[in-house]
Amino acid sequence: MAEAMQQDKPLPVGSEGKRSGGWWGVLALIVTEGSLFGYLLFTYFYLASQTEQHWPPEGLPALAVPGMNTLILLSSSVFVWACERCIKYRQLRWSLASMALAFILGVCFVVIQLNEWSKKTYDMTSDLYGSLYFTITGFHLLHVVVGLIILLMLLLWIALGYFDDRRYAAVTIGGLYWHFVDVVWLFVFTTLYLSPYLY
Amino acid sequence: MNASEPRLRHSIAFNYAIFLCVLTTAPTALAETENEIAPLNYFLHSYGPASTPTMYLGWAFVGLMVAIFVIIALLLAWAILRKRPAEDFRSIGRDDKGMPWIYIGTGVSTCILFALAIYSLVTLNVIAKPTHAPALTLTVTGYDWWWKVEYEDDDPARRFVTANEIHIPAGLPVLVKLKSADVIHAFWVPMLAGKTQMIPGLTNQQWIEADTEGVYRGQCTQYCGVQHAHMGLEVVAQSDAEFRKWQDAQRKSAATASSTGIDAGKKLFLDRCAGCHTIRGTEAVGAHAPDLTHLKSRRLIAAGLLTNTPDHLVKWITHAQDLKPGTRMPSMVLTATEVASLSAFLSTLN
Amino acid sequence: MTDAAESSPNLNLTRVPEVGCAPIGSAAEMHLAHLWESAPGWRGWLSTVDHKEIGLRYLVTAFIFLLMGGIEALIMRLQLARPDQTLLTPEQYSQLFTMHGVTMIFLYSLPILSGFSNYLWPLMLGSRDMAFPRLNALSYWVFLFAGIFLYASFPLGEAPNAGWFNYVPFAGLEYNTGPNIDVYALGMVLLGISTTVGAINFVVTLFRMRAPGMSIDRVPILVWGTLTASVANIFAIPSVSLAFFLLWLDRQTGTHFFDVVNGGKPLLWQHLFWMFGHPWVYAVVLPAMGIVSDALPTFCRRPLVGYSAVALSTMATMLLGFGVWIHHMFAAGLPTLALSFFGAASMVISIPSAVAVFAWIATIWLGRPVFNTPFLFFAGFVILFVIGGLSGVMTAAVPLDFQLNETYFIVAHLHYVLLGINVFPVVGGIYYWFPKFFGRMMNETLGKWSFWVMFIGFNAGFFPMHLAGLLGMPRRIYTYAPNMGWSTVNMVTSVGSFVFAAGILLFLVNVVISLKRGALAAPNPWDAPTLEWAMPSPPPAYNFAVIPFVASRHPLWEDRLDEGAGRSSLDQGYLLMEGRETIGTTPLDAIPDIILKMPEDSYTPFFLGLFSALAFTGLLLHWGGFTVLMALACSLSLIAWMWPRKALVQRVPDIKQNTGAVHG
Ligand code: HEA
Ligand code: HEA
Ligand code: HEC
Ligand code: CUA
Ligand SMILES: [Cu+2]
Repeated sequence: MAEAMQQDKPLPVGSEGKRSGGWWGVLALIVTEGSLFGYLLFTYFYLASQTEQHWPPEGLPALAVPGMNTLILLSSSVFVWACERCIKYRQLRWSLASMALAFILGVCFVVIQLNEWSKKTYDMTSDLYGSLYFTITGFHLLHVVVGLIILLMLLLWIALGYFDDRRYAAVTIGGLYWHFVDVVWLFVFTTLYLSPYLY
Repeated sequence: MNASEPRLRHSIAFNYAIFLCVLTTAPTALAETENEIAPLNYFLHSYGPASTPTMYLGWAFVGLMVAIFVIIALLLAWAILRKRPAEDFRSIGRDDKGMPWIYIGTGVSTCILFALAIYSLVTLNVIAKPTHAPALTLTVTGYDWWWKVEYEDDDPARRFVTANEIHIPAGLPVLVKLKSADVIHAFWVPMLAGKTQMIPGLTNQQWIEADTEGVYRGQCTQYCGVQHAHMGLEVVAQSDAEFRKWQDAQRKSAATASSTGIDAGKKLFLDRCAGCHTIRGTEAVGAHAPDLTHLKSRRLIAAGLLTNTPDHLVKWITHAQDLKPGTRMPSMVLTATEVASLSAFLSTLN
Repeated sequence: MTDAAESSPNLNLTRVPEVGCAPIGSAAEMHLAHLWESAPGWRGWLSTVDHKEIGLRYLVTAFIFLLMGGIEALIMRLQLARPDQTLLTPEQYSQLFTMHGVTMIFLYSLPILSGFSNYLWPLMLGSRDMAFPRLNALSYWVFLFAGIFLYASFPLGEAPNAGWFNYVPFAGLEYNTGPNIDVYALGMVLLGISTTVGAINFVVTLFRMRAPGMSIDRVPILVWGTLTASVANIFAIPSVSLAFFLLWLDRQTGTHFFDVVNGGKPLLWQHLFWMFGHPWVYAVVLPAMGIVSDALPTFCRRPLVGYSAVALSTMATMLLGFGVWIHHMFAAGLPTLALSFFGAASMVISIPSAVAVFAWIATIWLGRPVFNTPFLFFAGFVILFVIGGLSGVMTAAVPLDFQLNETYFIVAHLHYVLLGINVFPVVGGIYYWFPKFFGRMMNETLGKWSFWVMFIGFNAGFFPMHLAGLLGMPRRIYTYAPNMGWSTVNMVTSVGSFVFAAGILLFLVNVVISLKRGALAAPNPWDAPTLEWAMPSPPPAYNFAVIPFVASRHPLWEDRLDEGAGRSSLDQGYLLMEGRETIGTTPLDAIPDIILKMPEDSYTPFFLGLFSALAFTGLLLHWGGFTVLMALACSLSLIAWMWPRKALVQRVPDIKQNTGAVHG
């Protein structure tokens, strides 16, 4: 038995990447948040399938700006990923720059999205579609904002020199959450902007 | 730990026996209540092709479930009480036995469940639609806490509205469209068919058919607010001829012949009641309350709460909130003379 | 915050964990006790993250909710004992049955099981704590505050009043103008947070925190049950949280999700609610079935028959449980084809239950039952489960459910399954683990009495409800007329309910007496097989002086039960005492792969819980500024919480040493 347990092998101590509890915890959080978005989109499709209104009431959505915004959000994910790689290869400066860029791209997404909102001729209360549109994008925007706060904290922590190639679990975990927020947007985007073109 | 075991074994066996007796004799209580009238007892009484197959299904299920229960209870009792060779408390039984219990038990259960599923799906299909086209279509709309009943007809002039009491011709399938004016209710006349929710914004359907003439009690079964308990209705199944007679009577407007005896009452009604109630043939066209055109023809008032006697009527009108707290009908404050004239007027609504 | 760990110079990034012994009283053991014990007094009370303390709090709090819900039920039974009673107004009755359902379902039945699992998991798994001790504390505090929140409007006569499944549009603003439903909606979202973080904690604990050698096929069934329930909750809770959130939006901001006039759909609520609701009813029984699967064998003097089959059936039940929600909507007018499918699925779901039932019976049959109180509760449970399950099968037959739906038959079914599969195992479980919790045995004579009074009272009270249902008695009616034929059954039910309550009272008396005067308990008074019995009763703060090596499913029976290869090692194992530490192992085979640093006690969970409850209060009372302030306070607490700490080696330590030296 003693052999089976490999008692003489040195083991990492504390929060080490994907072996840390936090990584698993956020993974579970993502599953439950993913379900939340699943139910939201179910709500959308259920109501859309039963409606007698013209759907969406304003006609087919324009794709240019939201499409561009999608690219912005996805590219921000890429920079978060790059940031983590840089830490791994001890390029702390680059990692800092990469994270800063990711954060700025995230902020751009929020600004553009808010601008999209302000251009709408309806609001949450004007009709059913409005309720759905603003609730779903609002939910997502809230997640983006939380994600941005996380990125900001990571930026700060990297700047403070908390992490190096041996311990940087927080970046992995925070990054995981940010990737989730971005991937979910793809589903939201497909539902709200692309699916109306299908019928 | 083992000292008192035989005695314990005894007491367990004894208690177990009591328990089994109680459970298996309980169904006789069902029969006993037969002495009382149980107007919603669908389990022993069903009177139409939409419900009789379900009743048989119910019997089959209950029989089988009782059998399964008794078998399992006996197995368990036997398992607990069977004699075993005395052994050291600290010795532990072997791990690897007993799987046949699971294989056989689960296997048999699966077969039974499969049969039950088939039987219930077949029954579902049988009761899903009547064998021939419905002879009559009516729309029942649930209100807090009463039922509006509209009889359809191709000829708009022959349509009419009534409340809380549905008449149908015996032996013919009737299509019932179900709507709601406010919250979710459920339409349930258990001796004729199962229940269906009445959901605002939707029109659900079900059909009923009564084999024999008679009065069948119905009840709202979806919680719909404080007076959900008192949201009853009655379905009266009649011979075709009688039904036609009833229908013709209902189509008529209220007799408007004016006489000094009822004019005061009628005026009072138009002043105080017409905001909510309709009496066809008068200026009373309120839409929030039961149509009273043929009030006297109904057996019960206030959605099954009271029998339709002049006394009850007066009590209802003056004390609705005491009799059915929260009902949408206010308790009317009336003087004795007003009551008298109103009663006189209402008594003409037959 | 700073204690031994912070000042310890040994913050190595890797280390070979030292193996050794730490018998009670040794220096190592005393050092461990020093590391893991909470501060005395109220400071320790508010800041503790000890899973045993939290588990007990869950148990006590949930049990108090059971009593409250029970008293509500008894009042209802007084009202229903005879026809045409006027003890309660219709509105009072509606608030009573709603709060009764809400309390029992949400504040009692899952939290009580979380209590057991919280207390027992680390002990059964051979760990020193849960994966996230502070999250654990948070989960408890939020649960407590959510419970208080849900009850806050009760004294004002404005409690939730639309039934526990709260159908719209009755729960909408148009028909329910008071704060009643807002309290319910916000309270449920708050409670959802507690349940979710609790569930995440369980899942990660299972995958990461097992003792070396406790491979996935060696964990007790209770662990399987709670794991399955937690995974289910992770998927299902968002549905009900979302439903209540949308309802709250509809009521407070004027959106149209359920607003019929503007295209909203009442059926959307029913779908969202039951997509959660059905998985939930299994979530509140699978851990309780686990209690029986683990404890029954102790009293049968043999291992559970068909461990793997029962573990699989647990998961199969849950999996199928996600595909049957429509059976609560059979009467909603959905297409016949859909009804057929969901009716058949609801029948199929009985198959895994059959596996468990026959496994229990076989265990008793092949074993040599010892008639202690817990055994009586577990054997009684089997019978009640079968009755409740069989009535469930009847309602799964679609045409029959057209009749049974919303009648007392359903009320009978739900009480047989909920009390039969939850309350009886829970009370039995308390009798069983009481010595471990408090170091004292419970009184056997009183215990047997409490069982028989409860068992007979329960059947006398709830069996007649089946008959009431067959006689056509609808649920949720505050009174009935004498000529309906329901008078006798209701009288019997009411009497039975009070007998049952007397049984509960006997049990409580037993608890109180035993706490003071019970015989002192040895570490393993029942001669049980699992790890939690390997330590003194009650367990020390650090649980295991050394992290054991596990070689079988029944570590404490190995010497008498030839279980294949090796022997577990309980006295010798990893010492791990440089600060609060425990071992992390691989998810399936439980091979050690990390030394986990566990957090110290902290006030953050309490304050985060408090601030979030206050934020919800702000929402309820329309105090915009206050809400924002509290949300801000929550964010700050969270940031403080998450700040990477050297003591936990979440960031790079400044001192770099690479000796593998350890002291102790
Ligand atoms: C505690 C949890 C719990 C559990 C475990 C169950 C278990 C089951 N339930 Fe129950 N159910 C509830 C809690 C639970 N239920 C609640 C709270 C409600 C009401 C909600 C409300 O409206 O307020 C409800 C309502 C409910 C309905 C809706 C009724 C209606 O509103 O009209 C249905 C319909 O199909 C149903 C079915 C089942 C089935 C098929 C099982 C099966 O899992 C049962 C399986 C078990 C067995 C069958 C027994 C053991 C097996 C054997 C001994 C083998 C031999 C058996 C055979 C061959 C048949 N339940
Ligand atoms: C775990 C769940 C659970 C439990 C344990 C119970 C327990 C009980 N329930 Fe419950 N019940 C539900 C879950 C539960 N119920 C649900 C989900 C509903 C549906 C709600 C809805 O329709 O929305 C329901 C509905 C319901 C109804 C139907 C109401 C209606 O439709 O009109 C009734 C009616 O009799 C009832 C009765 C009882 C009784 C008598 C008990 C008894 O077992 C209670 C026994 C009493 C106690 C446990 C308390 C003991 C107290 C003392 C001994 C006093 C000691 C006091 C101090 C120390 C201070 N319940
Ligand atoms: C504010 C509206 C309102 C007013 C005014 C009102 N009613 Fe009603 N009435 C109702 C409603 C609603 C019901 C159905 C109540 C129920 O069953 O819960 C009802 C029921 C009745 C019934 C029983 C009908 C049946 O078929 O069961 C009678 C009779 C009746 N009202 C008579 C009167 C008379 C007479 C007056 C005037 C003196 C009056 N109502 C004034 C709303 C009103
Ligand atoms: Cu209408 Cu209940
Ligand atoms: Cu269900």
